Amino acid sequence: MSKDIIGSVVVVGGGIAGMRSALDLANSGYYVYLVEKSSSIGGVMSQLDKTFPTNDCAM
Amino acid sequence: MGLQKRKAIYVEYAQAVPLKYAIDADNCIYFQKGKCGACKKLCPAEAIDFEQKEETITINAGAIIFSSGFNPLNPADLDLYQYNDRPNVITSMEMERILSASGPTGGHLVRLSDKKEPKKIAWLQCVGSRDMNRCGNLYCSSVCCMYAIKEAVIAKEHSEEGLDCAIFYMDIRTPGKEFEKFYNNAKEKEGVRFIKSRIHSIEHVVNTDDLKVRYLDEDNNLQGEIFDMIVLSVGMETPKDIVKLSQKLGIELSKGNFCKTSTFNPLETSIEGILVSGAFGGPKDIPQSVVYASGAACAAGEILNSARNTLTKTVEPVPETNVIGERPSIGVFVCKCGSNIAGVVDVSKVVEYAAKLPFVDYAAENIYSCSQDNQDGMAQLIKEKGLNRVVVAACTPKTHEPLFQETLISAGLNKYLFEMANIRNHNSWVHKDSPELATLKAMDLVRMAVEKISIAKPLSEAELEVNQNAMIIGGGVAGISAALGLANQGYDTYLIEKSGELGGEAKKIFKSANNENIQKELLSLIEAAQNNNKLHIRLNSSIVNVEGFVGNFKTVIASDNKEESIEHGVSVIATGGTALKPTEYLYGEDKRIITSLDLDKKFINNDNSLKGLKSAVFIQCVGSREPNRPYCSGVCCTHSITNALELKKINPDMNIFILYRDIRTYGEKEYLYHQAREAGIIFIRYLASDKPNIKIENGKISVTVQDTSLNQYLEMEADLVTLASAIVANKDQKLAKFFKIQVNEDGFYIEKHAKLGPCEFATDGVFLCGLAHYPKPIDESIAHGKGAAAKALTLLAKKKIRTSGTIADVEPLKCSSCGVCVSICPYSAPSFIPDDARFFAGKAQINPVLCKGCGLCVASCRSGALRLKGFDNDQIFAQINAAFEEAA
Repeated sequence: MSKDIIGSVVVVGGGIAGMRSALDLANSGYYVYLVEKSSSIGGVMSQLDKTFPTNDCAM
Repeated sequence: MGLQKRKAIYVEYAQAVPLKYAIDADNCIYFQKGKCGACKKLCPAEAIDFEQKEETITINAGAIIFSSGFNPLNPADLDLYQYNDRPNVITSMEMERILSASGPTGGHLVRLSDKKEPKKIAWLQCVGSRDMNRCGNLYCSSVCCMYAIKEAVIAKEHSEEGLDCAIFYMDIRTPGKEFEKFYNNAKEKEGVRFIKSRIHSIEHVVNTDDLKVRYLDEDNNLQGEIFDMIVLSVGMETPKDIVKLSQKLGIELSKGNFCKTSTFNPLETSIEGILVSGAFGGPKDIPQSVVYASGAACAAGEILNSARNTLTKTVEPVPETNVIGERPSIGVFVCKCGSNIAGVVDVSKVVEYAAKLPFVDYAAENIYSCSQDNQDGMAQLIKEKGLNRVVVAACTPKTHEPLFQETLISAGLNKYLFEMANIRNHNSWVHKDSPELATLKAMDLVRMAVEKISIAKPLSEAELEVNQNAMIIGGGVAGISAALGLANQGYDTYLIEKSGELGGEAKKIFKSANNENIQKELLSLIEAAQNNNKLHIRLNSSIVNVEGFVGNFKTVIASDNKEESIEHGVSVIATGGTALKPTEYLYGEDKRIITSLDLDKKFINNDNSLKGLKSAVFIQCVGSREPNRPYCSGVCCTHSITNALELKKINPDMNIFILYRDIRTYGEKEYLYHQAREAGIIFIRYLASDKPNIKIENGKISVTVQDTSLNQYLEMEADLVTLASAIVANKDQKLAKFFKIQVNEDGFYIEKHAKLGPCEFATDGVFLCGLAHYPKPIDESIAHGKGAAAKALTLLAKKKIRTSGTIADVEPLKCSSCGVCVSICPYSAPSFIPDDARFFAGKAQINPVLCKGCGLCVASCRSGALRLKGFDNDQIFAQINAAFEEAA
């Protein structure tokens, strides 16, 4: 069974969630394909101004 | 978003990753008419390729994570809001851009019709959410209340002439951590107006660009108010192509078209091996998305563990050249950054100047220093020319220093023999209008960097083995999930529980919001933990002592009067919370007045007394959203509604009243609220200033409450009163001290970062999940447990960690043992050398693992005994002296 298992993961979507999953998997020994339809990663969060509660810039 | 014009070749925004231009084929003259191609002729990097075609790539992978996200709802079809017709009606996403300093208005708050600063702005909540009639989305989008409040507060900050902000809402839903405080602050201190209402229409005010909001107030009277601008708080929707793709793949969707999951498997889709995270699994804010994303990574790892490290490549370390004693030989690389720098600074002049500086043996310019071929070229030059120090004059070290340091390492050079001069952000970007002076400043910056690096020494990084065991403290659902996440990936995991059984608070809960039987599911989770031979459970155990730090903890636990010492590399805090015992509403004086968990117990035990009930009253916010406990406990609205529906199942004729302040059935829990109203459960809103009153007379309980929509007092008889009591933290100061972690005012642990670090602490190697972080339902606790496991795993997987080279260092001969460094360090890095030590007993020493290199101790040392490696006094002075020399 374990022979058939492939040590890679496809992550669909390069928003904050997709990037986080991809980084955590890459940092724990898996090959990751991060698939994003637009020309840059970051998703909706990159369009936000500031985030609560620290009013940090969302970028 | 269409707020501003964009060229047919674009980057999405200045900080886009990758920061590469793309062609907008729909608006490109070449693609539309077959002519032009100006970009191809002009591009110095020859990067334009018109021949690129869409290709289909097949990837074989072990698992898939769907984090396809959401689209903000497009309000164009909702005629009521006149989004298409009135430029001053905008969406909340457009408002974000208008408030952003990098947005189309440069951060100036203006309305779109006449670019004037607005004096009055209205936010309309639930646009495209909680609205079955107009858009078919019955669910709550969860995030809009909070972002509207945030936007209102920030808009007030932006306004120069004073701004009136009003938020028109149905229920304010701020159940997240620290959210309620922010809401109270906006209301009480910032003066944001909150108007409970239903929107009737929006009217254009004749001869102006203003808009009149017509609304029904709480008493159902039609009111009107004029605003300069209206922001629509639009909800979330799963993109249509993702809905189609899910259907094609057979991923089961929920009523609201989000991915269907279950309470105990919140990260799994209906297809084995396909996991879900982010807003595709239901409306989520940023920290929730991050939690679920890490959780999904853990769940994928559990499936693929046997194939771990089979497809990844390890880079062979290049042996480091010893440069000590060598004459400095500096290479200077000046970057044009396309036209970013070269458009202002005369780069070749800077190169010419740099070449003449002392110890500079090589100087050159690059179009893009950061490109892969230039990195390879740089490594080659270091080896060929025997360079032993490198200066790159380009952009900011914040983003690019690690990249160049990697290049140094690949060329066998110590990475601390590198210095960056920021001639872009600090120079060409800010001095666009004075190119000559900017060129001189670039020379100054290069000279300073050269002076500093010429006396730099190579620094070493201590390497530390990471103990491969994990410890989880707390055996509730979050703790068990974290423990299983690590044990299933092959790590010996110790699960420490203070009580005699696993399961925590979940043991007391009857049903989930999805009508699942909690006890049945919980039992299989506990059995999975008990049957896992990598998972070592310690019941009736408490933590006696903790020593050590990231990678090397040594914890002593006491179980049944026996002490056991466990060594572990990572620690997960999952100590949970508990239900508050109410002190009001006659709790404890009559057995018919009980808490939500008491009622669950009756359901679990199939208590006969429930069968004869004719009326029941639920009182919400008992102990939550109070001055001394200002947070919302998040789960109680859903819990009461679930239980009320359960009572209705027993006796459909039962009169049930839920007395609430705001109903907070966020996300798809809104369906449950809807179901409850259809089932005839009556919801009555009360004000915190006029709480319900309970009295018992002649053995009968009666509850009096002022109904805010009728403006009169209602009295109801109740056979059963259920108090939705708050969730309170299991405060444990001892544990906080052991692990050097912080507790907030409400008693919950403080995570590393409210948005981006919800599963970890600021202290390395310590992770957080479950109710110990903040009140949350079971599905969110399980996702959080898995998320904490994923973060812990990334540390364990490294096997070794390296400390930074730029850390503080003590010269013990100068140290006066005053202890200022010991008391001032936020990371507990300095300590006194023990009195029985052979050398320098009582002097300060720095633990290189704990030191973050902030320099606080260096600046505060009155004896001058501390130095920060890589930022030595002589280096700093060399840089300062160089700043005042004249460029040629």
